[in-house]
Amino acid sequence: MSAGIDSTRGQDPPARSRIRIESDTPVPQTGITGPSVNGHRITAPEVVFDSQDVSIFYGAKQALAGVTLRIRSGQITALIGPSGCGKTTFLRSLNRMNDSVPSFRIEGQILYHGHDIYGGNVDQVEVRRRIGMVFQKPNPFPKSIYDNVAWAPRNLGLKSELDDRVEKALRGAALWDEVKDRLKDSALGLSGGQQQRLCIARAIAIEPSVLLLDEPASALDPIATGAIEELMHSLKGRFTIVIVTHNMQQAARVADRTAFFSLEMSGEKPTGALIEFDDTETIFGRPRDPRTRDYVTGRFG
Amino acid sequence: MSAGIPDPAAPLTPTGNLRRRQVFSKMTEYSATIAAVIAVAVLVIVVFSVIQRGASALSLDFVFTAAPTGIGPELLGTAVIVGLGMVIAMPLGVLIALFLTEYAGNRAAGPIRLTLDLMNGIPSIIIGLFIFGLLVDHKQQSGLAGSVGLAIIMLPLIARGSQEVLLLVPSSIREASDALGVARWRSVLGIIVPSALGGIVTATVLAVARAAGETAPLIFASSLGDPSKFSLNPLEALPNVPVRIFTLSEEGNPEGFAQAWGMSLVLISLILFASLGARALLARSKRKMAG
Ligand SMILES: Nc1ncnc2c1ncn2[C@@H]1O[C@H](COP(=O)(O)OP(=O)(O)O)[C@@H](O)[C@H]1O
Ligand SMILES: [Mg+2]
Repeated sequence: MSAGIDSTRGQDPPARSRIRIESDTPVPQTGITGPSVNGHRITAPEVVFDSQDVSIFYGAKQALAGVTLRIRSGQITALIGPSGCGKTTFLRSLNRMNDSVPSFRIEGQILYHGHDIYGGNVDQVEVRRRIGMVFQKPNPFPKSIYDNVAWAPRNLGLKSELDDRVEKALRGAALWDEVKDRLKDSALGLSGGQQQRLCIARAIAIEPSVLLLDEPASALDPIATGAIEELMHSLKGRFTIVIVTHNMQQAARVADRTAFFSLEMSGEKPTGALIEFDDTETIFGRPRDPRTRDYVTGRFG
Repeated sequence: MSAGIPDPAAPLTPTGNLRRRQVFSKMTEYSATIAAVIAVAVLVIVVFSVIQRGASALSLDFVFTAAPTGIGPELLGTAVIVGLGMVIAMPLGVLIALFLTEYAGNRAAGPIRLTLDLMNGIPSIIIGLFIFGLLVDHKQQSGLAGSVGLAIIMLPLIARGSQEVLLLVPSSIREASDALGVARWRSVLGIIVPSALGGIVTATVLAVARAAGETAPLIFASSLGDPSKFSLNPLEALPNVPVRIFTLSEEGNPEGFAQAWGMSLVLISLILFASLGARALLARSKRKMAG
């Protein structure tokens, strides 16, 4: 796999848009040092998602145009930008959650570890089994706390030591201490913040490689938001995380890399586009693009 | 004052045509209330007259022994026929509802919904005739033929009722289970059906309550049962409550009338209890779904 990085380097697909693509300078190390290949040390973590010139349409409406970016293993990548610029759309196309939208259409390619996610022999159920998702609004099942976490492992054949798995997932989601005495109670009795952490526990219980989070804290109060952020830090490294957030401080606090999306006029209609993708410090400190600078300094709109 | 804009400092009493609108609003409210009262009154009058005339016939013997003293075989026969009908109609109805809500696109769902609604409107005498031609003519009457007839009556009620509660299951829950990489049918069986179970059971009970009193199909399919013999065999004609009420009231014999009223009371009580129980169950499961 690591050799694949070298071979794709410098072969970025021709960018149709004037958008600046991810810089090819190696990203700073995040503690993961790859093996040496042909005497070269591979310093950047493996590419998990390679989105190549992706455009997304809902019927006649184009929601996203020409998104090219790479998401690397073990990192937290934040997607920020104004409302309606296609962050959710892009996130949901990473695990094919948009397939259920009848008018959805995608152009370009999204490679997951080199495999085309929308390839002909790809099974969408398998995609989601490896790429988990947590939604904007907590959506626990109307079941007990325990069953919320245990349901998917049970159905995926991960039945051995189920109790341990549930406990581990709930600990991983920093919820265990609050619910360990009432695992049999309905999940609907939990507070919003607890429900969202339960949804995270449910997602990590099947040990996906990637976690997609769509504004996981937007419906929560500041304390619950803080808990979710701490959780992000603790999950870092174990999962590759892509998080959509409208909260820029949150992105600055949790993300290694940040992608700024915005609405651009393409012809008559505003269409979502990737403006800049770089290290979080660069995006918030010295962004290259004036549009990014305006947005992160609050001069947007 | 110009063009209906009230003086901001005027007292907050009605201005313009608000008085007229208030009168109209009151009239609407009163007519609606009267209509509701009439509906309740009809139910009360029916139940009351059935109680008045049927109560004197009621006794343990009446419920548990066979003719001429009791109606035990009819109650048993109705239970067998309706129960079998439910066993046929419930799985089919729930599967149809699941197809409509979980699998069919709008293009397939529309015609099926229409079919169910038309089916619901078929007069039961025609269903009876159909069953007679299909299962009884040139063969013999049977409880099973009656069950099939009642199943045809129950099917659209169960399918439509289940569909409605399945639609109440929030789509966010479907998304949640999809996002876990579990095959759709497992989500349907493990998450969606259990979330809607209360409503599905309710729809079934209401359909059963409706079918339990249906007479027309049974006149064709199971009218020759022997009311002096308890029987569980659905392959022969089974005595049953609705047909017996019908034949007894045709006979013009005062004792028969009393028995018919007694049976009516038993039947109507069972149906009322079943319906009320089902409603309570539905309310509970809706509350559970809402958290
Ligand atoms: N299911 C859908 N059908 C049609 N249009 C959609 C759908 N989902 C999103 N859109 C449109 O796509 C654009 C991007 O939306 P979205 O990805 O939700 O933006 P964001 O998450 O950045 O706020 C919006 O204009 C929105 O109206
Ligand atoms: Mg969004």
